[in-house]
Amino acid sequence: MGWTNPEVIDTSPSVSDEVKATTCYMCACRCGIRVHLKDGRIRYIEGNKAHPVNKGVLCAKGSAGIMQHYSPARLSKPLLRVGERGSGDFKEIEWDEALRLATTWLSEVRNTDPRKLAFFTGRDQSQSLTGWWAQQFGTPNFAAHGGFCSVNMAAAGLYSIGGSFWEFGEPDWEHSRYFMMFGVAEDHDSNPIKAGLTRLKERGAKYVAVNPVRTAYAAVADEWIGIRPGTDGALVLALVHELLKAQKVDLDFLVRYTNAPWLVIEAPGTAEHGLFARDAEGRPLCFDHKSGAVASALSPNVQPALSGTHRLPDGRAARPSFALLAEKYIDGRYSPEAAAIVTGVPAATIRRLAAEIAHAAFSRQIELPIAWTDWAGRRHETMIGRPVAFHAMRGISAHANGFQTCRALHVLQMLLGAIDTPGAFRYKSPYPRACPPPLKPAGKPGQVEPLKPMPGPPLGFPMGPEDLLLEADGSARRIDKAYSWEAPVAAHGMMHLVIRNAWAGDPYPIEVLFMYMANMAWNSAMNSAGTIEMLTAKDAGGRYRIPRIIYADAFLSETVPYADLILPDTTYLERWDCVSMLDRPIGSAHGPADAIRQPVLQPDRDVRPFQDVLLDLGVRLGLPGMVKEDGNPRFPGGYADYLVNHERPPGSGIGPLAGWRGADGAKAGKGEPNPDQLARYVENGCFWKQELPETALYYKHANKAYLEHAVAMGFIGKAEQIVLQLYVEPMQKFRLAADGHGKVQPPDHLRARIREHFDPLPIWYPPFEHQAVSDAAFPLSAVTQRPAAMYHSWGSQNAWLRQIHGENRLFMNRATAAALGIADDDWVYVTSHHGRIKCQVKLMEGVNDRTVWTWNAIGKRAGAWNLDPRAPEARRGFLLNHLIAELLPEQGGHRLPNADPITGQAAWYDLRVRVEKAPAGAAVSEPAFKPLPVLPGVGRRPGILRYGEEIRAARLGGRGGRSGP
Amino acid sequence: MTSLPPPSARKLGLVIDLDVCVGCHACAVNCKEWNAAGHSAPLTDLDPYGANANGVWFNRVHSFEAGEGAASRTVHFPKSCLHCEEPACVTVCPTGASYKRVEDGIVLVNPDTCIGCKLCSWACPYGAREFDHDAGVMKKCTLCIDRIYNENLEEADRVPACVSTCPASARHFGDLGDPGSAVSRLVAERGGYDLMPEMCYKPVNKYLPPRQRQCGAGHDGAPSSLAAPEPAPGGLLGWLDRVLSR
Repeated sequence: MGWTNPEVIDTSPSVSDEVKATTCYMCACRCGIRVHLKDGRIRYIEGNKAHPVNKGVLCAKGSAGIMQHYSPARLSKPLLRVGERGSGDFKEIEWDEALRLATTWLSEVRNTDPRKLAFFTGRDQSQSLTGWWAQQFGTPNFAAHGGFCSVNMAAAGLYSIGGSFWEFGEPDWEHSRYFMMFGVAEDHDSNPIKAGLTRLKERGAKYVAVNPVRTAYAAVADEWIGIRPGTDGALVLALVHELLKAQKVDLDFLVRYTNAPWLVIEAPGTAEHGLFARDAEGRPLCFDHKSGAVASALSPNVQPALSGTHRLPDGRAARPSFALLAEKYIDGRYSPEAAAIVTGVPAATIRRLAAEIAHAAFSRQIELPIAWTDWAGRRHETMIGRPVAFHAMRGISAHANGFQTCRALHVLQMLLGAIDTPGAFRYKSPYPRACPPPLKPAGKPGQVEPLKPMPGPPLGFPMGPEDLLLEADGSARRIDKAYSWEAPVAAHGMMHLVIRNAWAGDPYPIEVLFMYMANMAWNSAMNSAGTIEMLTAKDAGGRYRIPRIIYADAFLSETVPYADLILPDTTYLERWDCVSMLDRPIGSAHGPADAIRQPVLQPDRDVRPFQDVLLDLGVRLGLPGMVKEDGNPRFPGGYADYLVNHERPPGSGIGPLAGWRGADGAKAGKGEPNPDQLARYVENGCFWKQELPETALYYKHANKAYLEHAVAMGFIGKAEQIVLQLYVEPMQKFRLAADGHGKVQPPDHLRARIREHFDPLPIWYPPFEHQAVSDAAFPLSAVTQRPAAMYHSWGSQNAWLRQIHGENRLFMNRATAAALGIADDDWVYVTSHHGRIKCQVKLMEGVNDRTVWTWNAIGKRAGAWNLDPRAPEARRGFLLNHLIAELLPEQGGHRLPNADPITGQAAWYDLRVRVEKAPAGAAVSEPAFKPLPVLPGVGRRPGILRYGEEIRAARLGGRGGRSGP
Repeated sequence: MTSLPPPSARKLGLVIDLDVCVGCHACAVNCKEWNAAGHSAPLTDLDPYGANANGVWFNRVHSFEAGEGAASRTVHFPKSCLHCEEPACVTVCPTGASYKRVEDGIVLVNPDTCIGCKLCSWACPYGAREFDHDAGVMKKCTLCIDRIYNENLEEADRVPACVSTCPASARHFGDLGDPGSAVSRLVAERGGYDLMPEMCYKPVNKYLPPRQRQCGAGHDGAPSSLAAPEPAPGGLLGWLDRVLSR
């Protein structure tokens, strides 16, 4: 007689009543998800197998979406502050009152000086709406969080190659044989990177991780290069040095696809020194060996020189930019020995890495049997590939030398012929675009007037000093001083300076600060404690120095109690939303894609989607584009209506969504609005994608089939070759200004800084904080890493994720700690030039010996996020932010931003500290702030969470529910 | 004490690839959300927003370092019930609540007869059992018994949640009793091993060790440094003088 199991199990229970597809928002990756609903509640969230980003997988954050949606920290009704800022004294008000109040405050500003509104939107995924709204309002004072995230990466990429890492590019996981990754946050493209690393390893490719810290991705690398923070540029330029010395560069690629042959004028002391020589039509010139004369460098029929000094028709001398480049980096200043001193990476290792890279690129060249036609109409039978791929993110971006370091990396890629060739870095649609995209920031004098929209968007790409946003006296036009001489190429704005500048009234006081989803009173601020003081500071008349603060967020963050008017947002499962190609795209190397969010559940609170609210305010303010001529709303259906019917520019057929355009939904990219568009997205799992034909998959910057596709889709204006920029001429224009040329002149105290850092060829220099403080007093670098299972601060309200990262430690190299008499689990003081914190250490081997680090944004202010004030996030968690100043120490009577001098990117990772054992005392981190109060309408947090119990009980028809109290 | 059924031919289990696991916790959290409302629901969380949040998790990822200095490495080690062929957690059970399934070898707990005595968690050397203090019963990985045979799911989804969600494809599910199965072949090819074989519980789940790391000189035939080329006529940049066409 056989055995039987002691219970009978239903192995085919009903999973869900309904499955709704949408797009995740648990971090920035924007994966496709399928939300299973059972009995009106969320049963399960899984990855969407058809989705181009995640292909069915889902990370820890995405899998914890249930707990985000049902978080007890959700706001539930508009709130108006009735006590002092920070006191938590709010009263609940109706939406109509909230919107009337906001409209009153905003229209006062718009009627008089629109610049007095600063509108900054944090980790916003609807920037094409919010930026447009700011433009229609008429204020240049708009940006999202890019300035404190990775603008160095984006700007360096866009000015160099018309694309960049992460959102605009990806490694060729299928063909690369050698992959080098620099400092990547584990929440950027995280599922594709994890999948890609597995593919590389299956194929036996080598993966080198360059990162001071050996955590997730670096832990599985073949080789870990535990570099010192802020020195990656020196390593990369030493690799360039080695390749040039050995003549291991792809000269054919350089002459065809880059500005290597473009002639640079040699006329020191003149206003054109270092600029490209151009013909009467503005075309850059090269020296053509075939004709023995200078000729248009854009002609496909020249045989351009890469060396020599050539005579221009006007008699001036000029040299190919590549000759300048080669001479520069062949110099011993860029030797591996010199780089070893800076980086801590042995010279022999740098030499070996260079040899391995060259070997993979040139001895392992690959050739795909795919015929293609180049921009000039010439057919090529194969696609030649250099199977060396690079990828980088915030680790090299968040330094004051980050722009030039990212530039160095792109120059290395170009020298290897490893841009959009098989096995290398590949552009993601809709990139590549022009280097940089032809978009200038608006906000100059005359472009900001009461009751008028600005003539262009607030953010763009300056090509020289004439594009800066300056007053006649040279001072900044924007509240954050983006596009001023302190940060001329601040293409994402500088949110990290808004509160400080507004508080200081420098360059001018503002009236309304309007923010969305940015935790500026805590982990999104440099100098968090100081920021809190600025938010609460009053003038002599008793008025807050930042008079009115409107804040929209879904949750009770540390920032909410400091606002005057709270506009509660929905969760990501309760709204229409858009992942647009006008904004931050999710296309891949295989073709364009975009996506939507649809409401999976209806809000059970009196909350509204922020984008609906913004459009509503636009109507109440009468903003052009948001109201019809008769004053009625142009998008009465709110954001969903806008997604379908907004066109930019009007009548262009280009809108927020590229899929199923045209009256019958048959068009892609361009086409008249389709009233069924959202339904088509929903039918297709809430995304749209298009596969490029094989002939258009590589060499996109010079591939006729691709360029014509890009024109048809509206990504670029003309199907012309996008010439990659080894030498970035706009940098030289700023430098010439610093030398006294031109009408737009920097203030004297910034001339040397501009001259030194705006090199049109990449350079490495020590990060500013490293220069400003002494090594003896502050011998260690301190950086943060992003855990794979937590996104910024908002993961801490998540009952499941906080069980993984409920507190953080200061990780130290074991030998470094031993030398300081610090043992595992000791409490220590960490001191910077700006402040001191107390925290607990954890010793490890896998960290650079001159670096300490911790997980980002785990420390919480007691009471925030509706956590118990005794939560470990508040008791033992900590932030490095308290050690980081938004300004550098005073020098020559000036305090400059703690930021990249070119882009203004916040230099979080330049922090220098000393670590000392703390005397015996309470095991509590410092600084500790007064616990935040719980606000009206915020729910009760349960003492026990039995999520799923009701679903199970219903499934079992009452049997199996929990018995007892 | 509970007896084991005769060994089943079918031995369902997991194969976990430590070469590519980056310790991202996707498997742990997706397991948590599936099972929160699944066969053993709920996976109670005590004090979820408080000082000592402490919940039931069937799958946990342990991250640690092994070795010292240059020889050290960071290890990410996901761990759940290994569905042993001879599980002490079953034989120690006084009520028969802990049992090994006849047909596929999955180790389960019958909540109706579990008395919460915790003997099984003491017996399990892997720490894979999870006591639900609120419900008063022992819970554990079910290998997603309510997914893998579930006819309401598409065939491709009839795998444990942890396998389905793993971004790195570090987790594989199948019949380790069948030497021809994909998972058995993977174990054979990659040298898959038993966790703590000396305990003799014969875990069905296997771990794949990290592949040989390609560090140091000689990768793919590459030299350890680049040779200086012969000096070209025309000075430092003379090598650039060859004819190049756009």
